[in-house]
Order: sequence, then C-alpha cells, then structure tokens
Amino acid sequence: MNTMRMRALSRTSLRLVASVGLLALARLADAQASDGATPVGLPAHPMLEDPFNRSLLVDELETHEDGGDRELAWDTTFWAGYAFDKLVVRSEGEKRGGTTEEAELELLWSHSVARWWDVVAGARTDFEPGATESWAAFGVRGLAPYRFELEATAYLSDGGDSAARLEGEYELLITPRLILQPQLELNWYGQSVASRGVGPGLSTAEAALRLRYEFRREVAPYVGLVRERKFGATADRAHAEGEDADDTRLVAGVRLRF
Amino acid sequence: MNDRNEITLCEWPTRRRFLQGVAAGGVLAAFGGGARRATAALAPPSALAGNELELVIGETEASFTGRASLATVVNGSLPAPLLHWREGDTVTLHVRNALDVDTSIHWHGILLPFDMDGVPGVSFHGIPPGEAFTYRFVVRQSGTYWYHAHSGFQEQQGLYGPLIIQPRDPEPFSYDREHVILLSDWTDRDPLDLYRLLKRQPGYFNYNDRTLGDFVRDSKREGFKSTLRERLEWGRMRMKPSDLADVGGHGYTYLMNGVTPAGNWTGLFAQGERVRLRFINGSAMSIFDVRIPGLEMTVVAADGQYVVPVAVEEFRLSAAETLDVLVEPRGEEAYTVFAQSMDRAGFARGTLAVRDGAQAAVPDLDPVAYLSMADMGHADHGGDAAAAAPGAVDHSAHQPVPEPAEHAQHAAQPAPAADPASGHAGHTAPATPAAPETATEHAHAAGATPPSHPASESGNPGVDMQATAPSPRLDDPGVGLRDNGRRVLTYADLKSAFPDPDGRAPERTIELHLTGHMERFVWSFDGIPFSGSEPLELRYGERVRIVLVNDTMMEHPIHLHGMWSDLENEAGEFQVRKHTVSMPPGTKRSFRVTADAPGPWAFHCHLLYHMEAGMFRVVRVGNREETAHEHDAHARS
Repeated sequence: MNTMRMRALSRTSLRLVASVGLLALARLADAQASDGATPVGLPAHPMLEDPFNRSLLVDELETHEDGGDRELAWDTTFWAGYAFDKLVVRSEGEKRGGTTEEAELELLWSHSVARWWDVVAGARTDFEPGATESWAAFGVRGLAPYRFELEATAYLSDGGDSAARLEGEYELLITPRLILQPQLELNWYGQSVASRGVGPGLSTAEAALRLRYEFRREVAPYVGLVRERKFGATADRAHAEGEDADDTRLVAGVRLRF
Repeated sequence: MNDRNEITLCEWPTRRRFLQGVAAGGVLAAFGGGARRATAALAPPSALAGNELELVIGETEASFTGRASLATVVNGSLPAPLLHWREGDTVTLHVRNALDVDTSIHWHGILLPFDMDGVPGVSFHGIPPGEAFTYRFVVRQSGTYWYHAHSGFQEQQGLYGPLIIQPRDPEPFSYDREHVILLSDWTDRDPLDLYRLLKRQPGYFNYNDRTLGDFVRDSKREGFKSTLRERLEWGRMRMKPSDLADVGGHGYTYLMNGVTPAGNWTGLFAQGERVRLRFINGSAMSIFDVRIPGLEMTVVAADGQYVVPVAVEEFRLSAAETLDVLVEPRGEEAYTVFAQSMDRAGFARGTLAVRDGAQAAVPDLDPVAYLSMADMGHADHGGDAAAAAPGAVDHSAHQPVPEPAEHAQHAAQPAPAADPASGHAGHTAPATPAAPETATEHAHAAGATPPSHPASESGNPGVDMQATAPSPRLDDPGVGLRDNGRRVLTYADLKSAFPDPDGRAPERTIELHLTGHMERFVWSFDGIPFSGSEPLELRYGERVRIVLVNDTMMEHPIHLHGMWSDLENEAGEFQVRKHTVSMPPGTKRSFRVTADAPGPWAFHCHLLYHMEAGMFRVVRVGNREETAHEHDAHARS
C-alpha cells in the first residue's frame, strides 16, 4: 500500500470519526430537549419515538460479459442513524476479471432540512482508477416532485480538482412486484484528471433501465440495459486510446434491501 | 388484473397461511419441556367476574401462522380475559408483572383517578418486573370497553382484552344472548423490528400501489388525459393514493377473539333470538370494515355509550373504537362475520351459527380503493404549497368527483351548517344559506375559510403535507365504502341517546393538527413530536372544544384518556359521546371535553406505531386549588 493511499485512508477515517461525533452531539441535544413533556416527579414517558436504525440498499449488484471478461459492478448505500440525522456510506465501482477498475467510497453525514430534502456533507475516496484521490463532498438527496429520487453532489479534491455528480431514478410498477427502474447518472469534472481519463465539462452519462422482480422486498433479481456515453474531452481521450465513447451492455443482477 | 390479492407462486403457500392463519392457532402451553398447542385457545376467551381480580402478565409462545413467536398474555390467555364489572362497584385489580420488562394496563375509555389510568411516565411509574400494582377505583359508567398495555409494543404482542360493565339501570334495548367480538392484528415479527422496518421502508407492506396496468385500465375508463393528470397530481405531492394502512394484510394475520380466519371463531345462537354483538377493535394498527352478509345490524351503542338505534349493513371500526349492535339471525344456520382490513389485503373472520361447525360462505375481499384529492382535504390540486403550480388553479377540472353514493348521501342529509371547527364557534347560525350538498366543502373550495396551520408545521422536515380544504365529512362512509351498495354507518349516523350531559357551550377552542411524514415515518401533533412538546393545560372544570385537523394522508383514531370526547356535529352541537374519535385524511372534526378529571392524561393516536413515533401529548387538567389560584391571579391583573 503506497503512502498516498495511506494518507487518504487516514483522512477518510478522521472525517468518519468527526461525522459520528457530530451525530452523537446532535442526538444528545435532542435527548436533553425532551424533558419538557414529562409531568414532574415521574421518569420520562418511555417512548421510542426515533430509535437508532440502519438500512442497507444494494441498488445494483450486476454482471455482464465484455470481450470474454466478466465484469462485476455495484452501487450500494448504507445508512445508520435517526429519522433526520444519518451517517451515510455510499460505494460504487467495477471489477473486471478480478481486477478492480473503479472503486469509490463516500462517508457522509445527512441531515434533513426540508420536507423532501436532506443535505449531505463528508468525504469521498476514489481507490481506482489510478492513484487514490480524496474529495470533500457536499450535496443534497431527496425526493423530487413526481417521486424522482435525486442525489446531487459536488466534490473538491485535496489536489484542488472539482467534480459533480447528479443521479436520478424512478420506479414504475408494471405489476406490484415487477418494477421498471429508469436511472440516469451524469458526471462533470472541472478540469482534466489524467489518471481517470476525463476532461473538463460533462464527462460521462449513464442511462439505465432495470427490470426487477421483488420476490420479497429484500431480494429482487433483475435484468437491465445500461448505456454509457462519454462526452467532450473525455470522449476525445477515449478515441485517442482506441476505445469507444459509447458502450451499451446487457446486465443481470440482484437488488438487495435490508 | 394483477397479482395484488392473489397468491404468487413464490409466496404460496406462505401467503395463504399468513392470510388465513392456521386453524389451531393460539398460545402454546409448555408441557414437560416441549411446546404443545393449547386447544384451550379455541374455547371462548376466558372470563373473570367480580370486584377483586388477579391478573398476571406474562410471556408465552404463540403460533397463528404455523411459526412460533412470543406473545404477551394475561393469565396465559390471548386475548386477555374478558372482565365483567358492575356500574357503581369499586373494583380492585391486582396486576402482577411476570415479564422481564416493565408493563402496565390501561383501562380504555374508563373514567377514573389519573393514577389508576396506567400510562407509565404520565400517570404512574409502570409495573417493574416481578412487582405488582393494585388498581382500585369506582366504576362510574357502563357498556363495552377494553383494556390493553400502555408499555412499549406489548399491546401488539397480545396484551388486550374485552371489558364489559353491566349498567345499574335497565338498558334501552333487550336481547337474548350476547357475544364479544374482539378484532386484532397479529404479527410474527418482533414489533420493534417492525417499527424500525416501517421507519426505513414505509412502503414495505404496500402491494396496492397503482401499476401500468391500472393506468391503461383507468385511461380506457376515464380518458387518457384525465388519468394522466390525476397521476401527475399525486406525483407532484410525492404521495401514493394507496397508502391506507402502514402494515395491513401483507404484514398481519387478523384475529377474531384470538382466532385466525382458518380457525373460524364461532358464536352460537338459536333461531329467533336477538343477539347483541359487542365489537371491539383491539388492534395495534388496523382499521376494519365489518359486515355480516345476510344480516342487518342495529347499532345501539358506540364506545360504550347508548346511541339512537340505527340499522346498517356495514361499519368501519377504527382502532380502539367499540360498537354494540343487535342482530336477529333467522332462516340460515350460519352467518359469516367478515372484517376486512382497510387496505383490502386481509380479513378477520368468524361465524354466527346454530351449532359448532356450521359455516357460511366467506365473501371475497373488496377491490382495493384509492384516496382521491378530495379525501386528502384538497380543494385545488397539489396542496403542497411549495409544489403547487402558482396561479394554475382549475377547480372544476382538478376537484376529483366524489363517488355517486356520496352525493346521494349528502343530498339525503340535512343541510350542513357552518363548519364549527373553523374557529367562530358553532352557535352562530350559518351566514350562507346551506346548499343541499356539501356546503362546507364548497365554501372551503371557494377559499372562504382557508385553513390556518401552526407555524411549527412550516419548514418542518417531519411534515409532508397540509390539508388545504379540510372539512368534518361526518356523513362520509370513507374511502372504499362509498359506492359499495351497502348501507354503511357514518359518524353522522351516531346520535347520542341522551342530551349533552354537560350542557355548557365550550369556553374556548384548542386546535391541533395531526401531522407526519409518510417517507420518514415520523408522526406528531402540529409538527412537534411528544419529546419536544409541552403538556396541554386545561383548567379544572372548564368545557373546552378541541378541533382536530388531519394534515396527513392516513386515518388516525385519536384517544383522550380520562375524559369523554363529545363529538360535535357540523353545526358545532353535541352529537355523540366517544372515547376515540377517528380522523380520516383531510378531515377537520371537533369534540367537547369537560375537564373534570384533575391530573396528567395521555392524548394520542391509537395506531400504536404512530403513538410511539410521537403523535402523543400529555393533557394536564389543573386541580381545584390551582384553578382557583389562577382565577384569583387573573382577577387581580
């Protein structure tokens, strides 16, 4: 493990500790505020109200065949916390034939600020491709009108790079258990990042349609069509390396939710 | 159609067993180390009569779905034993806690000193493990009631039982035989896990949401454009019109007197008899629509209090409500008592029969019903102020048309007068001449009385909507019951058999909004959950009007401990005495309270998980001295 990676990891864990600390403080303040409702002389009315909770959503865990290599991709969100304050861990990435091609991990503190919106702040670490790079992350997540789930995040790296990502998805019920999920992800970069092969501006867009069957809410196998397209300078770089700027693939996977 | 109420391949036979339960379901008694099914569970619930009773709260294994899980029981029984008291007697109840956690019993709807009310942290300390608490009080009322735990989720796990108080004076009706019919909802899940599940995935149990197939079907019937517009309206609100139950039939196996649908609880009758049925909804989270195909039911009491008899074919019973009906079965050997859950995904079922084993056909579940914008108390589209398109209000186009039966009912009703809940009391005559149909709704829709919302609701991430045109809708049978061809009881049909026992007009009005967020599963009053709230202070002896406005999309049965909730009609007059007032979405209803019971009292939504989430307040009635002191201070200032 190189020193760069070590540094990134230590920064990440420091931020994680800070986030958890903030969360704990927020909860403590809440707990102290709760005494007003209890009649004098009795212990607090023992209600749970907002118990510690956690949730794991493996939104994508899928595979496809690419020129003889098997590719495995994932996109997961885990959270732990309370109704309005959560520690969120997001990860997405890709492995091809046993080699990790892309992997990133985000640790975020999420706080509900409006009827449908939470703000998030934290850190993201990219382990691949290239050298490990750490970013500070700020954004929002929530439910937009018409029940589109949205995540918009801006990133600033320790090297001064900037990036942004917008993710949206929707659920269309074919039957109560057969669900079509369109999804769109857009990535921007403020500048060229050679190790990632991206140029400034809109770099990649990924549009996907996944059709799952919820045998149970917890386990839903799916098939999907994913189209990834590179734009601008990012597309030019791909062409220069003899790659296509467009990639369409048929995937099969399983969505897990606990 | 789709597989909404069908049994899908992967679920079968689990779904069927889940829905119907196992025939021999009940508590399991442990004998010699091995759990064996207790056949006693199929006998009528045990009954205890007398003025001094011993109740032991314990835990035992139960199986209703073929899987063993833990139940909280009283004297080994689920439901808890039927208690028989007599009006005027002093009852003494020794309650011993054999659990390893604190417990409590609350006597629902019973007037008593606050420290006998049994709410831990509000009116007493609770009953610690291994200890006992003696409840002792004078019984000052009669009728059909129930009792249940007020600790954690013990009520969900089985701690509920019927309570019958024999009146001192003769009743205004007669009957030859009676049966208690206690409805409840059973889950094999740990209720705390269930609560957490609802908080992270509130739609987990909802398989009723509208599909592409529904869209195509509705487009054929209503036209593509209007169907699309309707879907977009819901989308803009980010809500689902299918959200009628948080748990529902996909999470619960429904019980009648502790017996599964497959077990078929049976109450006997002889031809020609008049039978009194005492219905109690003792469920944690379920609202039932009850009918007995082939029998007319004459409602004679609601929440234990006599009402002017009214004949119906079906009634909706919200959680914690009770209803006494008379039936005269004749001709058939058996009649099915059918109680379907509001989400139409499950039912409780039993039989009235001339002999054990006789059965009648069990009806199919009704089609799934969906909320309309009118149900949500929205006159114009949206209602979500932030999301509604500014200026683009087209009432005629966007007001969903209520089903025809509702119109017919409105027309048949006496013209509703001014909305008592709108602040300017109810004793003033309506300023506008009342049209034969929903005058109040029209007044609201026209913007005559835009509802005001507490400031604590705005910018609150725990409040997902506000009703823009709430109205009492007492004569509305409710979603799913409007056009079903049956005579369905409404609150407007419940008229007290006695005049307002207090007689005074309310001196002041307290308005509370029911609030919550479907996606976050948080619940509160005025956007403030219990933990952040202050007690609601009432002066001893005052007559106060409490106005409730439902700013959520769910129905909430609201229960005030210790004092009656005297429901007002649409003109703001005393209509019927209740202990639990159910509040469908988009309604604004009012009731009067005589604050004659000093002390702290619980006031909450009787959907257990909503209460636990914070839709709960303490109502504190000052004592005589405090009130006199306040009065003096007021006089001096």
